[in-house]
Amino acid sequence: MGYSRRHTLAMGLGGLFVTVVPIRVSADAEGLIEAFTGGAEIVEGPLDISAPEIAENGNAVPVTVTCPDAKSIRILAPANPNPEVCTVHFGPLAGRHSLTTRIRMAETMDVIALAEMADGTFVQAAANVRVTIGGCGG
Amino acid sequence: MISRREFLQASLAASALLGVQGGWSRVAAQQSLHQDDLLQFDTFGNVSLIHITDIHAQLKPVWFREASVKLGAAPVRGQPPHLVGQDFLAHYGLDATSAMAHALTHDDFVALGQAYGRMGGMDRVATVVNAIRADRPDALLLDGGDTWHGSMTALRSNGQDMVNVMNALGVDAMTSHWEFTLGADRVDEIVSDLPFAFLGQNIFDTDWNEPVYDPYRLFERGGVRVAVIGQAFPYTPIANPSWMFPGLSFGIREQRMQDMVNEVRGQGADLVVVLSHNGFDVDRQMAARVQGIDVVLTGHTHDALPEPLLVGETLLIASGSNGKFVTRLDLDVRDGRMMGFRHKLIPVFADVIEPDADMAALIDAERAPYLNELTEVVGHTDSLLYRRGNFNGTWDDLICNALMVERDAEIALSPGVRWGPSLMPGDAITREDIYSMTAMSYGQVYRREMTGAELHGALEDIAENLFHPDPYFQQGGDMVRVGGLGYRIAVDAPMGERISDMVHLASGEAVDMDRAYMVAGWASVNEGTQGPQIWDVVESYIRQQGRVSVPESTNIEVVTG
Repeated sequence: MGYSRRHTLAMGLGGLFVTVVPIRVSADAEGLIEAFTGGAEIVEGPLDISAPEIAENGNAVPVTVTCPDAKSIRILAPANPNPEVCTVHFGPLAGRHSLTTRIRMAETMDVIALAEMADGTFVQAAANVRVTIGGCGG
Repeated sequence: MISRREFLQASLAASALLGVQGGWSRVAAQQSLHQDDLLQFDTFGNVSLIHITDIHAQLKPVWFREASVKLGAAPVRGQPPHLVGQDFLAHYGLDATSAMAHALTHDDFVALGQAYGRMGGMDRVATVVNAIRADRPDALLLDGGDTWHGSMTALRSNGQDMVNVMNALGVDAMTSHWEFTLGADRVDEIVSDLPFAFLGQNIFDTDWNEPVYDPYRLFERGGVRVAVIGQAFPYTPIANPSWMFPGLSFGIREQRMQDMVNEVRGQGADLVVVLSHNGFDVDRQMAARVQGIDVVLTGHTHDALPEPLLVGETLLIASGSNGKFVTRLDLDVRDGRMMGFRHKLIPVFADVIEPDADMAALIDAERAPYLNELTEVVGHTDSLLYRRGNFNGTWDDLICNALMVERDAEIALSPGVRWGPSLMPGDAITREDIYSMTAMSYGQVYRREMTGAELHGALEDIAENLFHPDPYFQQGGDMVRVGGLGYRIAVDAPMGERISDMVHLASGEAVDMDRAYMVAGWASVNEGTQGPQIWDVVESYIRQQGRVSVPESTNIEVVTG
């Protein structure tokens, strides 16, 4: 497949800046979380992550993350060879603090979303997405 | 311990719902059946729903043996619809020799079949529908899908035979699954001419994530605004070849279902019905999580339940498959609320219910171009041939044997679909019978090497699809059928640890994870699969055998707990 997970699709995101992160060959999810939070505690917050329960196409899994007070949102696919999907910063003119992208997934995993809130705190949410060989009709 | 019946009454009283069961148990106790008894129903309330689903293009009456193994995932095991045989009969208070026992369970299927005969036939279904409409002319007829697929005539006519029959039957709305294996263009061609609603709130286009088909339709019936919301099979692009409908995305889309319920309530709907092809366990979970649904007409998993199952105040209705049953559900809807119901799972005993003459003529006309091919006898069976169940049925074993012999393979894989009628000992096997087990738009038989590790991985993946504890993560059909291979399955173990003790039956040796085995199989979801059609392979094998006799498989050991 010629699809790259970097082919992100940003829809309806006024005032949004998408940061494309340089490839890191061996980055682990824990380290990426810590790099995002700077080691700060992760608390409960209004962060919503929406993804299909089972991927129709593991090469392009739609994920939507919404967080009304977010300054930045980071999406991680921890079981991918390169777990970092994207980090998105919302500027002061952003209408909706929501992003939709499609990510390539190597296997079944919890997709993780992190958000840095306007008050500097950090919140986290995850969605389990199954990647299956399919078939067997029903 | 509180009995299920008491529980039903308790919850009905608590929710101000008044439930009255239909007369099926009385009929069931009778040894001789009459059409009037089967159709007897004291019209109730102000709205009638008629539900049929998963006909799989079976225009003529069939034998259809229900499952003897239908485990379900651990959280719902031992509850309907995962009860079989004696447990099912005990749960619903059915006599083991009754007509309903024959219709709903596997025990003594052959012996009871002699007494009660075949079931289904769309001409008999038409008689039932017409009788209900005689009582309640504005009854809503709702088809849960898997209608345009499953027979030689549906395959050859690209579903047109079923479209013509369902149009004549006067369907008001349908939803879908196997319909899409005709290809998205063909579906759109049919839908553009369809005189009724083709509903799917969960079908979106992949480019812009926008709805493709109508999510719901509002009907005015008996002074009541009835909303019917369609839910297509959520995992159609995974369970079936997505390259045949590449622009479509499905999924459960629970939040949109809630949004649609809220939207129709906002438009004044007094009654909200979900016409679903989710499968029973998914519907049970959805009914508990989405607020405001009055009735879910379930489909996909082919379950038939003689009583509604209540989730909160939502009625779940399961109407079987292959035209074996028609559900009539009468509802009393007042002040925007469902106040009571009367329900009957009407068994369509083909020798008891008179065929509707107009429908019978239409069916004959649809079959006429293919009649010589359909009726040609290929061989005979000396044993019961069936498929339905979590693991290999005897029909599957026969197909797997055909794959291994005809394609010179060590191991065979056959899809665990739920469709495909049965044949009785002594029956002729016609070409039509073979197509009814195999007909599909991607029936090519592949032949390729797979390592032991690949086979193990495939079995683990499919087992996870079937036995994942959360129904939202289950997809597709029953366990893939295997030939030439034995294994042990611990259904409640986590993924990767369920399948063990894989044996290559021909050698009696343990499957070598590193060795390559020649595998023949069919129904690949991959585009460009090369090989002969499965029905031709099976026909060639049966023709050479002449008579077949297939014992119950003992090659799969199932462990629960």
